[in-house]
Amino acid sequence: MSQSFQDSPKFLTERLLRDGYGGTLAEYRAAGGYEQWRRAVTSLQPAEIIDLVKDSGLRGRGGAGFPTGLKWSFMPKDSGKPHYLLVNSDESEPGTFKDRLLLEKDPHLVLEGAAISAFAIGARTIYIYVRGEYVYPRECLDRAIQEAYEAGLLGQKLFGTDWSLDIYTHPGAGAYICGEETALMESLEGKRGHPRPKPPFPAGYGAWGQPTTINNVETVANARPILEHGAGAFRSVGTKNSPGTILVGVSGHVNRPGVYELPMGVPVRTVVDQVCGGMRNGKALKAFYVGGSSTGLLPAKDADVTLDHDAVRERGVMLGTAGLIVMDEDTSIIRATRVLADFYDHETCGQCSQCRVGMEWSYQIIRRIEEGRGHPSDLKTFADLIQNFSGGKTICAFADGAAMPFKTALLHFREEWEEAIRRANPQMADSPSEEPQTAGT
Amino acid sequence: MSEQTILTAELRQEFESLCERYPDRKAALLPILHRVQAIHGCLDRRAQQEVADFLGTSAVEVHGVVTFYPMFREKPIGKHLVSVCKNISCDLMGSDNLLAAIQRKFAVQPGETCTDPSFTLEAVQCQGACGYGPMMVVDGHYHENLDAAKAVQILEDLKA
Repeated sequence: MSQSFQDSPKFLTERLLRDGYGGTLAEYRAAGGYEQWRRAVTSLQPAEIIDLVKDSGLRGRGGAGFPTGLKWSFMPKDSGKPHYLLVNSDESEPGTFKDRLLLEKDPHLVLEGAAISAFAIGARTIYIYVRGEYVYPRECLDRAIQEAYEAGLLGQKLFGTDWSLDIYTHPGAGAYICGEETALMESLEGKRGHPRPKPPFPAGYGAWGQPTTINNVETVANARPILEHGAGAFRSVGTKNSPGTILVGVSGHVNRPGVYELPMGVPVRTVVDQVCGGMRNGKALKAFYVGGSSTGLLPAKDADVTLDHDAVRERGVMLGTAGLIVMDEDTSIIRATRVLADFYDHETCGQCSQCRVGMEWSYQIIRRIEEGRGHPSDLKTFADLIQNFSGGKTICAFADGAAMPFKTALLHFREEWEEAIRRANPQMADSPSEEPQTAGT
Repeated sequence: MSEQTILTAELRQEFESLCERYPDRKAALLPILHRVQAIHGCLDRRAQQEVADFLGTSAVEVHGVVTFYPMFREKPIGKHLVSVCKNISCDLMGSDNLLAAIQRKFAVQPGETCTDPSFTLEAVQCQGACGYGPMMVVDGHYHENLDAAKAVQILEDLKA
């Protein structure tokens, strides 16, 4: 298969690539905007939309890649309870800045997609949880929401039916963990962002104990093109298990960083060399985080990997948010890992001791190795530590996410760590990865 | 001596309409705290108590929330808040140089406030501007694609 990335449809960003598109309601409607919303409310059944999205193969764009239609189907039917759709715009994963593009440049696409998604799951209220730092993106959304109300696209008795829909934005306040879906619900309810144990799952017991679905911004935005062009058109792009396009946010040492809508299955090498105009200053690629820091990194020799769920999993990492962080040959992997350890240490919510202690301890170990004070046993201690806080031992996936950049940095750049330890311990004869010799007692 | 209330009648009215958005008024806590902090400068114990009373919750609950979220602060800061991103994508693009230049030029460390111009400096985690680093946020406004000289100039201009 593999269309070239230039010829691939732009389901989400087609309008943005036009000169002068300002994302106002008038401009959005001139481009067919809200027609699918109208069609959903006036002539489709929720089950039909869920089936269509199932057929499209759409998978969540917030990191986990869970099939969206399947997630929607978990919502109870005729529960008699209020249902909620929470749109996750917490976007705080290091290297991830793609939802912001839609929020700022085409907020009505986000609203229409969210509205269709809410209709499918029987929700008459949507909260869009926007990270606190995104002041301007939230203003753009609020303005668009007001426009939509004034045009009768939101509110009561929509399009002459009994359907109603309200949309509100809700600000976070700088805590990364609130992007985790159960922490997001706690935060929405006005509490500390502590993830909840699962089960119960949100579809049964979510925000305020009611049936709730949490979807990423880009995920819901895809609802419009899927309704507009059909599941087949969506599936004609991307791969069998990862259909459609994906917003790839590229940062780091490339000539043209930015957000690009690309077909799923595009090779990383193509993204770096062709989409982003190659490496900055003619340097060589050293490594890259595939889809945000918590997905782990791969060395340059893996740049042939394609950006789809199966291909990256075969290399031991995850697609995540497709926030591709590119590092050139001059980058210190130890430093990069320390910067991330500082982040995870700052952001652990502190509920689970393995995570709370594990993050701080990891940071201390990496820091002393970086500063030339590494102990011969540090790499073993670090590996043991990772083993002890990861693998599903905690309430949420935060610690497992932190383990990915740590484990992959140790795996793919072992010699860099060993070299740092050896320099700090010139008396050492052997590999620092060995158990320190004990003289016996 | 009675202290002036932070939650004026006008603010209370505004907050009531926020509460109506949710099935439980306590859910309006985060948006209310943002607004109070913007007006009052910080969320000191008095502000926390007033917000707790308004929402019908305890000051301890509000304190727990205020201390959990990095964007909330209990103490006043300088006239401006300058937040330099130190996370991975910005670090790769030299955010440490930018931070060092600011520290040198204005004799201020992260977490401290300088007097001329009056701003509080902080080094923060990822702001979602990864492709446009290094970057800093000044009073909620993103400044992207910076270098040390540009950053210093922006802060110099705060004097004006």
